[in-house]
Amino acid sequence: MNESVILDCRHLWKLYGMGAEALLDGGLTPNAAALAKANVIGAVRDANVQIYQGEIFVIMGLSGSGKSTLVRCLSRLVEPTAGEIEFDGRDLLRASDSELIEIRRKKMGMVFQQFALMPHMTVLENVGFPLEIQGVDRLRRQASAQKVIELVGLKGRESYYPSELSGGQQQRVGIARSLVVEPDLWFLDEPFSALDPLIRREMQDEFIRLQNILKKTIVFITHDFDEAIRLADRVAVMKDGKIEQIATPEELVLNPKTDYVADFTRHVVRAKVIRVQSRMDPVTSDRFAGEVAHDATIEDIADEVERADTPLKVMKDGKVIGQITARAVIDVLVGRG
Amino acid sequence: MQRLQRHITGARLFWLFLFAATWALSQYSFQIYKALDARWIIRFPKKYQLSLDDVISGFLDWLVNIANFWLFTFRDLTRAIAWVIEIPYQFLRNLLIEGFQTGLGDAAVQIAPSLSWVAVIAIVISVGHTARDWGLAALVGACFLYLAVFGQWDSAMVTLASVLVAVPIAAVSGLLLGILAYRMLWVEKLLRPILDLMQTVPVFAYLVPVLILFGFGPVAALIATVIYAMPPMIRVTIVALKGVPGELLEAARMMGATPRQMTWKVLVPAATPMLMVGVNQVIMLTLNMVIIASMIGAGGLGFEVLASLRKLDIGGGIEAGLAIVLMAIALDRTSQAFSERRLWRQRTGNLMQRHPWSMIVILVILATFLMGLVIPAVQSYPDAWIISTGAFWSQAMEWINVTFFDTLEVIKTALLRGVLLPVKKFFVGIPWLWGILVTGLIAWQVAGWKLGVVAALMMGFIAASGLWDKAMVTLYLCGVSVFIALLIGTPLGIWAAQQPRAGRVILGLMDTLQTLPSFVYLIPVVMLFRVGDFSAMIAVVLYALAPAVRYAAHGIREVPLHLLEAGKMAGCRPLQLLWRVKLPLATPQLLLGLNQTIMLALSMLVITALVGTRDLGQEVYIALTKANAGQGIVAGLSVAFIAIIADRIVNALSDNQKRRLSL
Repeated sequence: MNESVILDCRHLWKLYGMGAEALLDGGLTPNAAALAKANVIGAVRDANVQIYQGEIFVIMGLSGSGKSTLVRCLSRLVEPTAGEIEFDGRDLLRASDSELIEIRRKKMGMVFQQFALMPHMTVLENVGFPLEIQGVDRLRRQASAQKVIELVGLKGRESYYPSELSGGQQQRVGIARSLVVEPDLWFLDEPFSALDPLIRREMQDEFIRLQNILKKTIVFITHDFDEAIRLADRVAVMKDGKIEQIATPEELVLNPKTDYVADFTRHVVRAKVIRVQSRMDPVTSDRFAGEVAHDATIEDIADEVERADTPLKVMKDGKVIGQITARAVIDVLVGRG
Repeated sequence: MQRLQRHITGARLFWLFLFAATWALSQYSFQIYKALDARWIIRFPKKYQLSLDDVISGFLDWLVNIANFWLFTFRDLTRAIAWVIEIPYQFLRNLLIEGFQTGLGDAAVQIAPSLSWVAVIAIVISVGHTARDWGLAALVGACFLYLAVFGQWDSAMVTLASVLVAVPIAAVSGLLLGILAYRMLWVEKLLRPILDLMQTVPVFAYLVPVLILFGFGPVAALIATVIYAMPPMIRVTIVALKGVPGELLEAARMMGATPRQMTWKVLVPAATPMLMVGVNQVIMLTLNMVIIASMIGAGGLGFEVLASLRKLDIGGGIEAGLAIVLMAIALDRTSQAFSERRLWRQRTGNLMQRHPWSMIVILVILATFLMGLVIPAVQSYPDAWIISTGAFWSQAMEWINVTFFDTLEVIKTALLRGVLLPVKKFFVGIPWLWGILVTGLIAWQVAGWKLGVVAALMMGFIAASGLWDKAMVTLYLCGVSVFIALLIGTPLGIWAAQQPRAGRVILGLMDTLQTLPSFVYLIPVVMLFRVGDFSAMIAVVLYALAPAVRYAAHGIREVPLHLLEAGKMAGCRPLQLLWRVKLPLATPQLLLGLNQTIMLALSMLVITALVGTRDLGQEVYIALTKANAGQGIVAGLSVAFIAIIADRIVNALSDNQKRRLSL
């Protein structure tokens, strides 16, 4: 992961209601009770988020937690009440309308929960639409659209209308459309929530496949905790407009900061989250059954460890950094410690 | 005793008292006036009467004769508007009827003839096929063939030319205003009350000022038509644009769409199916108004009907009436088919393969043009082939009148004596002051004190304008007609909902009834019952029947399935299910149907002024014939006020009912 920050948001607030601005005058930070008293809804309260180049950053929260508002503030679809957002080294909140249009045309892409496809356009026209908005000529935009349509596996359906496609296919069109401008920052707002569970799973796999090819910087919204830990490099858990915790999936499960986060992590299958490096011991054995990567999950290596009668070497950057024993793996699998 | 007490509630006592007091005052108002020697009880005092009509007439006089905006006078402005409308209208007239000429008068030289009747029919068939299928193409083709065969061609083309000019103007301006209202809140706030008023002001009322500003003739008629047909398009546009999913707009914003791209590349295309519904409405309203506007010189089929009615030429009236009906059906079905047609694929291939219909039509136009030079019958339908059904219809009507005269008379007299006259006496007898008070009280009881005050003020305006008696005649005719329409319509609607097969026939019939221009309803009524209140009532009932049936059917059908199942499992017999479950749950819809019935009845009532009622409609009609704008507008406003009060009260009733049923 490249450690440069592409989107930096500090002390971001979005309040709805009369006199919302006054509550934040001079950097005040009203709490929930103060907001309730003023009859103001705190959709986003004092959010601090840094998105790094090339990472998948998931914002997880139940409905009404403010996750959608937060992502809309980050793209300035919604005007924040207070705070700062720096995108690609420039102040997003001070960008003029025309600068904003330019940023969105070239640098951002977004996928929507209900797909948001133009009903009167074919797949090809829909995918080429962002380019049409930019005034790209027909042949060039058809060529670009064709490329991403093939990338998302919809080749052969170019002349279909959205109403003739299944939900999963429609969202593939939505994904293709958001990718056609080759955005630097890719927002996905609950992209798979409107799909059936089986299709959702398939689309998650597809998403992982795409990301392995594209290596985009992604802000992904979901209400599904399993989806969050499956896809995320880092997760922000939101509740009532506040970010409860930002951490890797493993950290969330191992060290939930609040009871609210702990409620979510309690039922997570830990073997899927916990990585080898956090359960390895210092090297004591001199006989090893094999090697495993330090960032593999316990689930990935369980079979191999169970079959072996000696510990396995834990490798990082070609060096041995520890060993993992069957005992440690079983502890995780049965939920001890 | 206890059972009796349970039925006596405060609200019921209030209504009982209100009715009793009104009845008593209505019955004895004349005696009270005599006893107290206070004439003001039954007549609004002359010296306090408002003279708004004079003010309005004076203002219009000033506009037409004196008003000057530095660079141009108001008259210049109206002339400019007239000129803009005149050009396309004249072009279409040339194209469809008169042919193109250069030079004037005797020196005129024909350059090109008008489109031949064969070519016009080919065009409508191709439009019908493009819109849906061969079935529709055959229907519209047959409708237009009727026009040629039965000698209505030229008037029909005049009407069609007016419709073809008015529809694009009304639809496009409605769309633009709707977009403006969607984008700017203050425009919507400004437009909403105007739209409300426009929808309730009777059509004759704005014929008068248009007549004064633009003079007698087709242009004035077209302008009145555009004003009449535009408001629904504005409304539909606002609703359609608001219905575009928010995510679609966000998606467009995230693509970096400018506001203009947003409107024309996203909003309008995404809302097109709904906008087409609005265009269908515009077309039907345009046809309706073009027919009515024959009174201020639109000509065409409406003029034929009007002339026949005046001459009591029964056969001619029915023929022209049928032509209007067929034209309405053809226009309605075609525009509806266009609004239902969603997606179509672009064809590929050569010109003929890509645009088969356009090519065929162009070929037919060329062929008939060339053949028309040799064979005149191809150019214009030969008179010798025209079949006149006029004589047949006249005889048929005569036969009905001779054979059933006694029966019809008996029905007419019985209804007049038993229902119309007593109700009329009741309404006309109500002293104006009490009338104002009662209206206010009813509105207050149903919808709160705000509406109560507004309703009382509106009724006060009517009384102060010296129109109280006529307003009461309007109320009585409207009330009786609505009552009878509901009496017939509600059972029909229930039947339609219970029996799917009967329902299809009934609702199909109602759909057709609703597309007919209001004018057409007068024809059979006058033929059978001559002029008077009774004829007016029948015409109003026919016109206002459709919503009563439709809403009843809709309400019954929309009762949630699980409640029906619950009823059945509780052991309801079919009739119990209807009375105890379906009807109570359908009341909000029934009330909305009542509302629509009242609105249609009021709008038709004004047109029945032509058959000699003595209500507000007559007042407007007199104003039209005298070109007295003030009188027309004041009377028109009075009708609008009655409509608005009725609308708000019935809507409040429906809302209360919905809340009670928590629907």
